[in-house]
Amino acid sequence: MKKYTKKEYGKMVERSAPKTSMFQNLLWAFFIGGAICVVGQLISQYFRNRGWSIENVASGTSIIMVFLGALFTGLGLYDKLAKFAGAGTIVPITGFANAIVSPAMEFKREGYILGVAGKMFVVAGPVLVYGITTSVIAGVIYYLIR
Amino acid sequence: MSATKRLGAQTIKMQYPPTIIASATIVGEKEGKGPLENTFDKVLDDALWGESSFEKAESKLMRETIMLAVEKAEQPMSNMHYILAGDLLSQCIGTNFAVRELEVPFFGLYGACSTMAESLSLATILVDGGFADYVVAATSSHFCSAERQFRFPLAYGGQRTPTAQWTVTGAGAIVVSSNGNGPFITHITTGKIIDLGIKDANNMGAAMAPAAADTILQHFSDTGKTVNDYDLVVTGDLGKLGLALTDQILKENNLDLQDKLNDCGLLIYDIEAQDMHMGGSGCGCSASVLCGHLLKEIKIGNMKRILFVATGALMSPTSTQQNESIPCIAHAVTIEKELR
Amino acid sequence: MTNLMTYFNAFWVGGIICVIGQILIDKTKMTPARILVLFVTMGVVLTLIGVYEPLVNLGGAGATVPITGFGYALAKGAQKAVQTYGLLGAFTGGVTATAGGIAAVILFGYLAAVAFNPKEK
Repeated sequence: MKKYTKKEYGKMVERSAPKTSMFQNLLWAFFIGGAICVVGQLISQYFRNRGWSIENVASGTSIIMVFLGALFTGLGLYDKLAKFAGAGTIVPITGFANAIVSPAMEFKREGYILGVAGKMFVVAGPVLVYGITTSVIAGVIYYLIR
Repeated sequence: MSATKRLGAQTIKMQYPPTIIASATIVGEKEGKGPLENTFDKVLDDALWGESSFEKAESKLMRETIMLAVEKAEQPMSNMHYILAGDLLSQCIGTNFAVRELEVPFFGLYGACSTMAESLSLATILVDGGFADYVVAATSSHFCSAERQFRFPLAYGGQRTPTAQWTVTGAGAIVVSSNGNGPFITHITTGKIIDLGIKDANNMGAAMAPAAADTILQHFSDTGKTVNDYDLVVTGDLGKLGLALTDQILKENNLDLQDKLNDCGLLIYDIEAQDMHMGGSGCGCSASVLCGHLLKEIKIGNMKRILFVATGALMSPTSTQQNESIPCIAHAVTIEKELR
Repeated sequence: MTNLMTYFNAFWVGGIICVIGQILIDKTKMTPARILVLFVTMGVVLTLIGVYEPLVNLGGAGATVPITGFGYALAKGAQKAVQTYGLLGAFTGGVTATAGGIAAVILFGYLAAVAFNPKEK
């Protein structure tokens, strides 16, 4: 075989790679992502009508959304929707719940300690690490410039 | 004593070409719904097959397939001199647990998705060399056990990229013997590891294409054969993109296989209707297509001589996370209906 | 603002945040885990520089339900606590404000894993 450099071959692969219909993906992400947020709006409106404080409305909404994400993941429906919606199902907090439930469920055979509980944060753990770390840094910055 | 059976740089020619006396394949539900549905011995309707884990299900798949092949060879298991087999799971547990109860001398192999050609090559060498009368070559893959090891949990809402392939749930086993009247294994071309820097584990077809092309070119140059000598040159699991790239490399090296080049990953599914993106992959892909469809076609005489080129992407989840490129390999085996 | 309008705003604000995620997935081959990490971090940063708050006022759940909203809740909690407790608040505020969501994820995640089994696709 004649020699191909990695660069040459990389270009060859790029030229032959299938072109994705990005527009369709974006449309799906927009509509499903938007729809999930509307569900969130409905829930928060419900809590607001009951006279809850802003903070409690936010917490209550998160809790319900997470519950729904976990339930639909367990029922095997969330990944079916995600196949079309992509980021529309990954980015909302329901996707965060999906990222926690799916490995936990998958690794049940490896036991409830290191299987379910250990694998739970495989995908979602980094979100907490980076989210909490940057929020502490942001708090310190805010303290300094206040 | 010098090696008298060698032909060129990477090919060996059998002195007493061994026969494939029996083959068996069991596949999953999706494969059973594809265009080759009638060529499999058994189609499962449950991914767990009554087991408590997908790994156990894969072991059962492997064990039952080996037992079926040996049964079809009309031999007792105790007549098997060796089993050569491997799968995709870490430390080849699918195979090791499958062979545990069979009480046959065993060599465990890891060639990723090239394992069918690798095991068949070594089985042939053992028989031709006079070291064994009956050898089983087998391999398996299972979508669910592979997915959790190499990618994401089943219920995880990730999107498959357009170049992704679908791991075949299936196993194939072949009994190679010194006695029989075909199909015969006449030539073996053993591949070298080729790595042209592809890092995307969701684009294994592109990663493996150069390895497939290299082995095919080497085979034709070692044996002096031409396109007309073959009815089919079939790769293991390159998928649509990988096959197109292989074809392009072959043509750039002055080998035009015309319509004789195909891929098991394209044969096994109805790509569009089953939404398989680039096609099938996994050890079970080439194994189930060879042990079912291809060997049947050879037996009934629709094909006289084929070159079976199983391809393997030799990365691990660790190497992928460490952003290493994917080393790939392809092994070729010539299977002929009759000796000329 | 009419009631219907709040839902419409939630829809398009949430939709656009998801579209940004989809563009990143399609264009840069970023894995979902990286997208989530990037978005939560961006949520914190945008809140700190005062850009995210107006978006929440406009889009409501459209801005708080995406994972950037988790970053927003963390940062806002930290800021509020700093006002009351000083530097200590930087440590306690974020997690306090998001405690409900985090506890829910762990509890429901665990329960769902116990109750259900993954299905083959």
